[in-house]
Amino acid sequence: MLRHGNGAEPNSLDPHRSEGVSANNIARDLFEGLTGISPSGEVIPAAAERWEISADGRQYRFALRENLRWSDGSSLTAAHFVAGLQRSLAPAAGNAFARMFSFIASAEAVLSGDLPPSALGITAPDERTVVIELATPAPYLLGLLSHPSAFPLHPPSLQRWGRDFARPGRLVSNGAYALKDWVVHSHVELVRNPHYWNNANTTVEHVFYHPSEDVQSELKRYAADEFDTTYEIPLVQAPALRARYGSQLRIAPYHGTYFYGFNLSRPPFKDNLALRQALTLAVDREVIVNKVMNGMALPAESYVPPGIWNYTSQRPAWAAWPREQRLAEARRLYAKAGYSAARPLTVELRYNTHDDHKRIAVVIAAMWKQWLGVETRLINEEFKVFLQNRKLRAVTQVFRSAWISDYNDATSFLDLLSSTHGRNDSVYRNPAYDALLQQAAKAADAQQRRNTLEAAERLLLQDQAVLPIYTYVSKHLVKPWVAGWQDNAYDYHYSKDLKVLAREARAP
Amino acid sequence: MITRLLLRLITTAATLLLLVTLTFFLMRLAPGGPFDRERSLPPEIEQALIAEYHLDESLPRQYRRYVSGLLQGDLGPSFQYEGFSVRELIAKGLPVSLTLGALAMSLAVLIGGAAGIAAALSHRSSADHGLMGLALLGISIPSYVVAPLLVLVFAISLHWLPAGGWQAGRWSDLVLPVIALALPQIALIARLMRGSLLEVLQQPWLRTAGAKGLPPHTVILRHALKPALIPVVSYLGPATAGILTGSVVVEQVFNLPGIGRYFVQGALNRDYTLVLGVVALYGSLIVLCNLLVDVCYSWLDPRIKAA
Repeated sequence: MLRHGNGAEPNSLDPHRSEGVSANNIARDLFEGLTGISPSGEVIPAAAERWEISADGRQYRFALRENLRWSDGSSLTAAHFVAGLQRSLAPAAGNAFARMFSFIASAEAVLSGDLPPSALGITAPDERTVVIELATPAPYLLGLLSHPSAFPLHPPSLQRWGRDFARPGRLVSNGAYALKDWVVHSHVELVRNPHYWNNANTTVEHVFYHPSEDVQSELKRYAADEFDTTYEIPLVQAPALRARYGSQLRIAPYHGTYFYGFNLSRPPFKDNLALRQALTLAVDREVIVNKVMNGMALPAESYVPPGIWNYTSQRPAWAAWPREQRLAEARRLYAKAGYSAARPLTVELRYNTHDDHKRIAVVIAAMWKQWLGVETRLINEEFKVFLQNRKLRAVTQVFRSAWISDYNDATSFLDLLSSTHGRNDSVYRNPAYDALLQQAAKAADAQQRRNTLEAAERLLLQDQAVLPIYTYVSKHLVKPWVAGWQDNAYDYHYSKDLKVLAREARAP
Repeated sequence: MITRLLLRLITTAATLLLLVTLTFFLMRLAPGGPFDRERSLPPEIEQALIAEYHLDESLPRQYRRYVSGLLQGDLGPSFQYEGFSVRELIAKGLPVSLTLGALAMSLAVLIGGAAGIAAALSHRSSADHGLMGLALLGISIPSYVVAPLLVLVFAISLHWLPAGGWQAGRWSDLVLPVIALALPQIALIARLMRGSLLEVLQQPWLRTAGAKGLPPHTVILRHALKPALIPVVSYLGPATAGILTGSVVVEQVFNLPGIGRYFVQGALNRDYTLVLGVVALYGSLIVLCNLLVDVCYSWLDPRIKAA
C-alpha cells in the first residue's frame, strides 16, 4: 500500500480533461501513453515498444506492444490512441492542453473547429501501428506523448457514460492501475491492473492519493506515518525539516520559473528599457532564495530554466557581475530613465494573496527602495480577481507570474511571450522574436533549432520583457521504506516504479 | 393553527428563495469566473466550456434555469469537480458533517450544560471560577490552534489516534475532530447555562419553592432548569445548523470530506452552483433548527405559544 499526499483535489480523472499536477499524477498511474518517463526522467517506450522517425522529422511511426489490454480485459488497439488525441483536440472536449499539439498536421484547423477531429494527422494503418504526421518538426513530441492529453480513449466508455465515464465502477484504463474508489476531499484509491502488460513488475497493490491542500496538515499526516510521500513541504519550516528528516526530504530542480512581468503597453514600462533593466538588476536573488525561500528554489537570471532538453539557458551579461557592479549599473539606468531621489518612481506591484508571494513582494519592494529609492505600492488580490486583472492587461504595472512547463522543451516557455499568445500578459510584441520562434518551429535540424531558440531567449532578456526571480524545485518528503523514488526534472513518480519495503519500527 | 403553519411555510419558502437569489447574483458580481486559471484556457476551449455550462446565456435566463432546476431538486453540475453534480457532492459530504456535528453538539450540550449548572450552583466558589476560567480559554483559543495541537499530542507523539482522514465506520477518525469541534461549543454553552441559571435562581418563585420545603435538587431540576434553558436553546438553533454544515477549519486540518470545505473551495473557484447548493442547504437547516427551537420554547415555557 502506498499513500501519497497529492495537493489539490483532482478536477477530473478523465485524462483528456484533467488539469493540474495533482490530477495528472493520478492520470499517469491509471493510463499509459505511447511513451512514458523513466524514474530518472528519460523518455522511454510505454504502450509503444518502438518507433521510427522520418528523416525530415515530420512523421512518427509507433509500433504498439503485442496483446495490450484495457483494465476490463478488452483489447487496446492503435485506433484507441488515435481516438484519444482526436478527442483531446476537439474544442468541445474542453481540454486545456489541446494547444500543445498544434504542430500536428491539420491541428490548427481542428482546434479552431474548421475541420472535424478525424482530419487530424494521426492514423492507425493497422491494429498495432500509430502514425503521427506533423505540420512542423517537433522533436519534443516523444516526451509530450507521455502527457495525459495523449492517452488513449476507451470508446465504449464514452458511448455508454458520456463525459462522466471517469468514475469508480465505470472508468476503464490501460495503465498499471485501475480506479477503485473516489471520495471527493478524502481519497482516490487505485488497485493494480492485472491486464497491464508489465503487471509482473508492478509490486504495490493499492495506491491512495489523498488531497492535501493544507500543507501543514499534510506534514502532520506524514509525521504520523499516514502518508508515505508528500506533495509539498511548508517553506517556512524547510530548515527544521531538513534537520529532522535528512534524506527523506527530496529537493530537485523543476521545470518552472517564478518571475515578475512588466506591462509593456502602459507607463511607466512602455518604451522604457532602462527602467526595466534597473529594477531587474536591483533584485538580489541570493537573498530571495536563501532568506525568503529557505533554499527551496534556485536563483534565476534567465527565463527558461536549466535542464531543458537540447537547450542551454541564456544568461544575461550581468549574471557574472558582482553585486556592487550590478547596483551601480542599476542606479545609472534608473537615472537614465529619468528618475532620481527627488523624483522617484512610484510603481504598483500586483500579486495574488498568498504568504509566499507576499514575502517575496515585500523583499523586492524593499530592495528597490533601498538601492534605487523606488516607492512600491503592493497590491494583493484574491486569486481570481488577480487573474482577471492580469489578463486584462490594462491595470497592471509589475505583476507576479510563473510558468511550469507542460513538456520538456524551451518552446513551452518561449511561446508564452510570442505576440499572439493568450498568456503574454507582458504584452511583449517584438516581430524579431516572433520570427525566431517561427524559424525554430520549421527547423528540421536539432542544432539549428536549438541555436534559434537560444537566440530568441537572448533577445527576450535584452528586451527585459520579464524579471526572472527563481527556478522552482520540487520538494517532497518520502518515507525511507519507499524504494525506487528518483528525483527528476519532470517530477513524475509513477507508482508502478515504486516499491514499499517492509517497514521497520515506526520512524522516529 | 393551520393558517399559522401555512404562513410560516410561505415565509420560509420566500426567505430561502431570497437567499438563493441574493447568492446567485452576488456570486456573479465577484470578478473572475470558474474557468480563469493560472494557465489560461485557449479561447476556443473556454468558449466550449462556457457553452457547456450555459454561462453564455443572459443572467436572468441562467437564473430561471437554476431556480427551475432547484424546484425539481436539481442543483446543477459542479464546475470544479467535473462529472459530479452538486447534489451528489452534498449527498456524499453531508453524512460526514452530520455525524461529526451531531456528536460534537451532543457532547457540547452534555458537558457544557453540566459544567454550567455546576458553576452556577457553586456561585463565586473556586469551582465556579475554575470552570469559567476554562470556558473563557475554550472560547478564546480558535480551533485552528486547538486542532493541530490535538494532532500533535495524540497522533504524532502518542500515536493513539490518526492525524486525519476518513474511512466510513472507523470511529478513531472521529475522536479528535469531534473534540476540536466540541471544545468551543462546550465553553460557550457552559457560560450561557451558568449565566441564565444564576438569573433564574434569583426569581421569587424559586425562593417560594425553597421556602415550601422542596428539596434543592427538585427546585433546580424541575423548576429552575427549564426556564434557564431558554437562552441556551435559542443559541443552539443556529449553532447546530452551523456545525452540521461542517467546519471549514476542522475539515481542512483533519482532511475530512465534509461539506464545510465546499463553501470555501466553491467560493474560491467560482463554482457558482456548488456555493448555491451549500447555501440553500445551510439556509434550510437554519430554518429547520429555528422551527425546532420554537417548539422547544413552548415546551420549556408554556407561556410562549408555538408559532
